Amino acid sequence: MTTASQHESHEHDVLIIGAGGAGLRAAIEALAQGARVGVVCKSLLGKAHTVMAEGGLAAAMANVDKADDWRTHFRDTMRGGKLLNNWHMAQLHAQEAPDRVRELEQWGALFDRTADGEILQRAFGGHTFKRLCHVGDRTGLEMIRTLQDRGVHMGFDVYMECTITKLLKDGDRVAGAFGYWRETGNFVTFKAKSIVIATGGIGKSWKITSNSWECTGDGMALAYEASAELLDMEFVQFHPTGMVWPPGVQGLLVTEAVRGEGGLLRNKSGERFMEKYDPKRMELSTRDVVARSIYTEVKEGRGSPHGGAFLDISHKPAEYVKRKLPSMYHQFKELADVDITKGPMEVGPTCHYVMGGIRVEAETGQSSVPGLFAAGEAAAGLHGANRLGGNSLSDLVVFGRRAGLAAAEHAKKVTAPALDTAQTEQAEREVLAPFGRSSGESPYQIHHDLQETMQNLVGIFRTDEDLRHALTELEKLKARAAKMRVEGSRVFNPGWHLSRDLQCMLTVSEACTHAALARKESRGAHSRLDYPKTEDAWGAKNHVIVKKGDAMTLFEAPRPAMPQELQQILAEDK
Amino acid sequence: MAEVTVRVFRGDREGGKPVDYKVPITEGMVVLDAVHSIQANQAPDLAVRWNCKAAKCGSCSAEVNGRPRLMCKTRMDSLPLDQPVTVYPMKAFPLIKDLATDVSWNYKVNQKIPPFQPRPGVEWKMDQRDIDRVQEFRKCIECFLCQNVCHVLRDHDKKDQFGGPRFFVRTAGLEMHPLDGVNRTRMLKEQLGIGFCNITKCCTEVCPEEIHITDNAIIPLKERVVDEFYDPITMLVHKIRGAK
Repeated sequence: MTTASQHESHEHDVLIIGAGGAGLRAAIEALAQGARVGVVCKSLLGKAHTVMAEGGLAAAMANVDKADDWRTHFRDTMRGGKLLNNWHMAQLHAQEAPDRVRELEQWGALFDRTADGEILQRAFGGHTFKRLCHVGDRTGLEMIRTLQDRGVHMGFDVYMECTITKLLKDGDRVAGAFGYWRETGNFVTFKAKSIVIATGGIGKSWKITSNSWECTGDGMALAYEASAELLDMEFVQFHPTGMVWPPGVQGLLVTEAVRGEGGLLRNKSGERFMEKYDPKRMELSTRDVVARSIYTEVKEGRGSPHGGAFLDISHKPAEYVKRKLPSMYHQFKELADVDITKGPMEVGPTCHYVMGGIRVEAETGQSSVPGLFAAGEAAAGLHGANRLGGNSLSDLVVFGRRAGLAAAEHAKKVTAPALDTAQTEQAEREVLAPFGRSSGESPYQIHHDLQETMQNLVGIFRTDEDLRHALTELEKLKARAAKMRVEGSRVFNPGWHLSRDLQCMLTVSEACTHAALARKESRGAHSRLDYPKTEDAWGAKNHVIVKKGDAMTLFEAPRPAMPQELQQILAEDK
Repeated sequence: MAEVTVRVFRGDREGGKPVDYKVPITEGMVVLDAVHSIQANQAPDLAVRWNCKAAKCGSCSAEVNGRPRLMCKTRMDSLPLDQPVTVYPMKAFPLIKDLATDVSWNYKVNQKIPPFQPRPGVEWKMDQRDIDRVQEFRKCIECFLCQNVCHVLRDHDKKDQFGGPRFFVRTAGLEMHPLDGVNRTRMLKEQLGIGFCNITKCCTEVCPEEIHITDNAIIPLKERVVDEFYDPITMLVHKIRGAK
């Protein structure tokens, strides 16, 4: 075994883990502050899950609906999140999103236009006004390409196809990170004064998901192992419209922009069933409500042939559909033999996003570990119990920038940390362990069973019994994972990569299940069949999960009181 | 359940060979599903890149039955299943392992292209009609299939002198941005070697985003290079002024 001193090693002021929208925006800001910045990503640059974002970026620009302003955006976000949001984050987000959009445009992004040449905005669920700046249905690609090129030309170092498996510490503070190159399997150590975690979500723990292979909760698990706190992990968003057929594409996202552009939801009898669940907002209700409604229709026998609902945009002119929803048109035509300009799509809920994540300070993204910051989906707070569509892309740029800024400022104030060889040696042993076993299961089998467990027991509707059952199953899966075996060499070996990702998935799945069991109410995306009501008392507290010794512990944290001015905005009925 | 033989290249820089796997076929299955099935059940160390599985990220490029394509977009039922379905890595890039190739050269080319720079004092308003053509170029998902089939790269390996179709598309997107103020013509001629392209349109044929690479990006850029460097009157003016 190689020793730490023989590793390839790099040193930065600020190390960013993750190169989606939040990571890249953080890197750009840290560079602008003069920091030496490194960006590590599991995939090639530009392939992060942000490219999958379709519908748009929510910002109260008031280009289309002149009455829009940050106050309305703040109110929509808080109401959509069932008031569990960190109100200060919701305020900063609503106030700063328009500037972040203008900045993207000034860096070369080309959004669709209004008739008078401004950035066009479209309607989305839970947003009072037309608010989503977009590029057809490929807004995420536009955003990531813009940020990627900006960052590359400003001069950050990018470490592509490199997976971080452990955060290194110097006493209480973060000191660096340890990982491996996917291509060679060789190890690499990064020393950094500040680290920003921007690793995205956790969807790969569920069977039906819109998420890519990367979304395995790495950043949350890394932070948890480094003693940082996780917040509100029970809140997992099931997007109402994923593809349900054919089997290979089950879960693949069907953008909310279909409904934003006028798409209608119907059951097998042709009823617009949203009338029963949210007659005021209908198809443009919040995601938690629409997902539960589709699920209920299917469960009660009114679903489509492949177990979903019908989503129809074919009443709009074919040319309009192809221009505004080009990738949906191609996706259905090529993968499901459906022409969406002529007939309906079949859609059903798919695990899409986690509102919970690393607990951070609103203004800086600082976690409970000195020097460790988080932004984007990996961080928690902005979205409360349910995220509005379009608020994720704006989250990435607003809080990516803030975390990058704070990380650079932190790096200016502190001295270089010291790395501890014992920690890197420990990290090496952990990742290599599955190679050393002569027998044991494949990580693919354990991952398959984890996905079944989370899908069946920690899904849209939850009960005490199911959640307890899930915890028992997770214990068994952890025991199996401790004995799993990996075949082949260290060179680009996906089985080995999965063995590491699986550990992260098990950690975040357990956190999610613990928090879901503890919250004895229904709120936003967390629906308990045994506690169907939303209770004011529960609205006054968040769930925090932290590692104590080897045990996952959970405590309740009271929510800080909201200032009078924000309370007034919330109370206004618009 | 019906089974099909999938013949996947297995190997690394030292060499390799195709290996046959029997894969059960399900309705609507794509080639990437078959590769994932092999990974999960038969060869956990089979190297392949993928992310979105929806033709939005451009990670799963390979040569299926000899044709460069995205595996996530290639339906098994579009291929003759009475014979093995062959899956090989992209040929124009150095092999890492199995279906994963080293595409890092592309990222180096990208760095040569001067980024977007607005003209001083521009008003941030644009007409949709003016950006329609630029949005076509910005659809590119960087699957590098166009680079893979371009004979200047694939057969002649001129990576040190030629940028390839992907980066002409990128440059076109910048040059035709209504508010951009940078001139990239010299860079196109001298650093990206646009003159090597003899417009055989192989790139356009394989583009999964259906970008008209040759007609809409490369030919207009070639015209700009000709106008600036080979126009007789301009050349004369430059000569009189003593410019290079």
